[in-house]
Amino acid sequence: MGLTYQSTGQSSTREIFHTLADDCDYVIALAGNPNTGKSTVFNALTGLRQHTGNWPGKTVQRAEGSYIYKSHRYRLIDLPGTYSLLSNSADEEVARDFICFARPDATIVVVDATCLERNLNLALQVMEITGRVVICVNLIDEARRKKIRIDTDKLSKRLGVPVVATAARSGEGMPRLKELVSDVANKRVQTKPQPVRYSQDVEDAIARLEPRVKAIVGNSINSRWLTLRLLDGDTRLVQTMENYLNAGKTVPVMPVGQEGLA
Amino acid sequence: MSATTTLNCLSNGSFALVKEVVAEGLTRRRLLDLGLVPGTKVEVIRRSPAGDPIAFNIRGAVIALRRDVAGQVLVSPWK
Amino acid sequence: MQKSLIPLLEDAQEIAGLRRNQLQDNIVASIYSTAEQIAGEVVSHTSPKRQDLDRQIDNILTSPIWGFPIMFGVLAVVFWVTIVGANIPSNLLATGLFWIEERLTDLFMALNAPGWLHGFLVLGVYRSLAWVVSVMLPPMAIFFPLFTLLEDLGYLPRVAFNLDRFFKKAGAHGKQALTMSMGFGCNAAGIIACRIIESPRERLIATLTNNFVPCNGRFPTLIALVSIFIAGSVSLSLSSFIATLTVAGLVVFGITVTLAISWLLSITILRGELSSFALELPPYRRPLLGQVLVRSVLDRTIFVLSRAVVIAAPAGGLIWILANTTVDGASLLSTLAGWLDTPAKFMGLDGFILLAFILGLPANEIVLPILLMSYVCGGAMTELASLADLRHLLVEQHGWTWLTALCTMIFSLCHWPCGTTLLTIQREQRSRRWTLLAALIPTAVGVVVCVFINNLVRLLDLV
Ligand SMILES: Nc1nc2c(ncn2[C@@H]2O[C@H](COP(=O)(O)OP(=O)(O)OP(=O)(O)O)[C@@H](O)[C@H]2O)c(=O)[nH]1
Ligand SMILES: [Mg+2]
Repeated sequence: MGLTYQSTGQSSTREIFHTLADDCDYVIALAGNPNTGKSTVFNALTGLRQHTGNWPGKTVQRAEGSYIYKSHRYRLIDLPGTYSLLSNSADEEVARDFICFARPDATIVVVDATCLERNLNLALQVMEITGRVVICVNLIDEARRKKIRIDTDKLSKRLGVPVVATAARSGEGMPRLKELVSDVANKRVQTKPQPVRYSQDVEDAIARLEPRVKAIVGNSINSRWLTLRLLDGDTRLVQTMENYLNAGKTVPVMPVGQEGLA
Repeated sequence: MSATTTLNCLSNGSFALVKEVVAEGLTRRRLLDLGLVPGTKVEVIRRSPAGDPIAFNIRGAVIALRRDVAGQVLVSPWK
Repeated sequence: MQKSLIPLLEDAQEIAGLRRNQLQDNIVASIYSTAEQIAGEVVSHTSPKRQDLDRQIDNILTSPIWGFPIMFGVLAVVFWVTIVGANIPSNLLATGLFWIEERLTDLFMALNAPGWLHGFLVLGVYRSLAWVVSVMLPPMAIFFPLFTLLEDLGYLPRVAFNLDRFFKKAGAHGKQALTMSMGFGCNAAGIIACRIIESPRERLIATLTNNFVPCNGRFPTLIALVSIFIAGSVSLSLSSFIATLTVAGLVVFGITVTLAISWLLSITILRGELSSFALELPPYRRPLLGQVLVRSVLDRTIFVLSRAVVIAAPAGGLIWILANTTVDGASLLSTLAGWLDTPAKFMGLDGFILLAFILGLPANEIVLPILLMSYVCGGAMTELASLADLRHLLVEQHGWTWLTALCTMIFSLCHWPCGTTLLTIQREQRSRRWTLLAALIPTAVGVVVCVFINNLVRLLDLV
């Protein structure tokens, strides 16, 4: 059941991207597959009581909260859960555009320890857009119960970004998560995200197109990722990108599911 | 060369390898995003009490697809 | 200089050529195989893979034989626990709060306060608050935690899995079962949950029909009426059982209406393709009892109740004024109710009941308290601290029969959504037309069903 102050109050009218408050030092996004515990992590970090529930799609409204770590204020944004960032469905666009255009100082990708392979799919996609990622291997208690072991050091080396194992519901791993997020946001730690290598024909196509993409977008957007989207034929993203490049500011993006039928 | 069939035709408890997703548009993207890329091993877990949808184990998650959607995934049975 | 990616998009198109699908496949496949490879390197199983337990639970909960009976059983058990559990605290609260009312009255007398002030504040505002709290609080405080427990366990997606076939037949989305579940808590929340349905057409169907699930504002009304009418008529052990079946039956009726209306919509004004449906069945997880309790009681119960209290206080005052302002020898309240009486009687209700539904627009929680207020304000009844007293008020003084109770419950299930829900629909759909329709559809259903049942029962001479 989803009855909160947030869900019935006026706050939902505020959930537009460009309302990101200026009163914080860093903006942190929370991304991940549905039902991996993003809202639980959000609650554990901010002390708020965002609703959680064991079914995919519980969170449909973007929630914001903040916490203070070592005298810096971090604003945390709970994005809707998605399997991927490629489909152009409303919630995927919200998540993707936020990571791409709002350019958070760090993005926490919450992954389910009991189902790592499926979750890494999204993590890899996020890392194509931004390297400033912290992987939060959540539900580690469930994994232990199912006798699954995860070598987080190796995972971190393999991905090139910091990794922490957590059980958000009991608060396990939260201090470490805050520390890693602060390291990445402050650039104390330089991440080295390992790009996905594509098949030869795709890599050839990227090689042909990427320099020209780079000439247009410069360093503001990851050109390899954008090239891939062009090859994908993602016209909607190109539209948004045009606006972004020419207006030089964040385009206001609709919150999830606000476009009616009429 | 194994026979080609569609995901909805397999019986509960059987396995198959994905050959191709023949859907178009958003459905196609959705199915790919769920992990139904060529070569993926899929297990048919169960059918809903009313026969439709069908639950599959796709890359470690249990995902239910309606019969007509599952019918757009070509597979070869795996033994 | 105008920067543009469009020429590049065209070039990309050319490079990708006719093999666009192939290319997409390749891209997704590469990402997944990278993920697979990495997972293979870092994940190890210290014992053979075990998904058995989840599978075994699913074998039962989604079994062709047991799936549906268990679903109904779970619903019934939740209602039964709520009904039985709410009964005693409800009576205790009522006794306590009405004892305080008497002390307040004593106080006003001692202070020589004017009669109208006492009437407005104590008999109006305070009394309606007392009813809202004693009727609403106990069922909510029991129902919310039970439901949260089910939610945290992971049962809801299984319900959607079991029911999807019906939603498909009705031209609707399988996740509508999830949005309906949210509706049990609050229809406004149910409407917001409709965002998980991606297709605008199917989302609209789910939005327009969400109100057929009784929210927490209406659910205690059903429970109270059922308890009043059944508790007195059969033996005690049987009564909770029959009350449970009645409430569960009403909910099943609501679900049936939902499916029927969804189907009607999908073959008339909301025709269109079925969207692709994928539902993840997550692993069962053990809920943390303490957290569930704290969260559902503090966050939900108190929140819903305080909203009801805020609305009930002025409503109670208003009723008292209406009941005590006389024009041409009749109070405004009875004049208003009199106007509504004829159509209401045709539906098996009476003018006061219909008026209570209308005045209850801001929040469904206050419908029953308003009704009791308006009955009491007109009459001489003062002792109202128990269900038996309520029964006396309704049956002896206002001529209720089981048919009146049934029609009231059906109309409670099927009438316009509360103000908050309507505002939410307007906000989500941004269309007056759909918001209006969301109010008209359930009202029309309620009127038709009540008229039908009322006249059928009378024709057959069953009352
Ligand atoms: N055992 C255990 N359960 C957890 C943990 N974190 C979250 N959960 C539970 O997992 C379920 C899903 O958590 P949510 O926080 O709602 O997940 P989410 O990622 O926000 O989900 P969506 O909003 O649907 O995308 C809830 O029932 C949580 O109580 C954890 O570390 N351990
Ligand atoms: Mg969430």
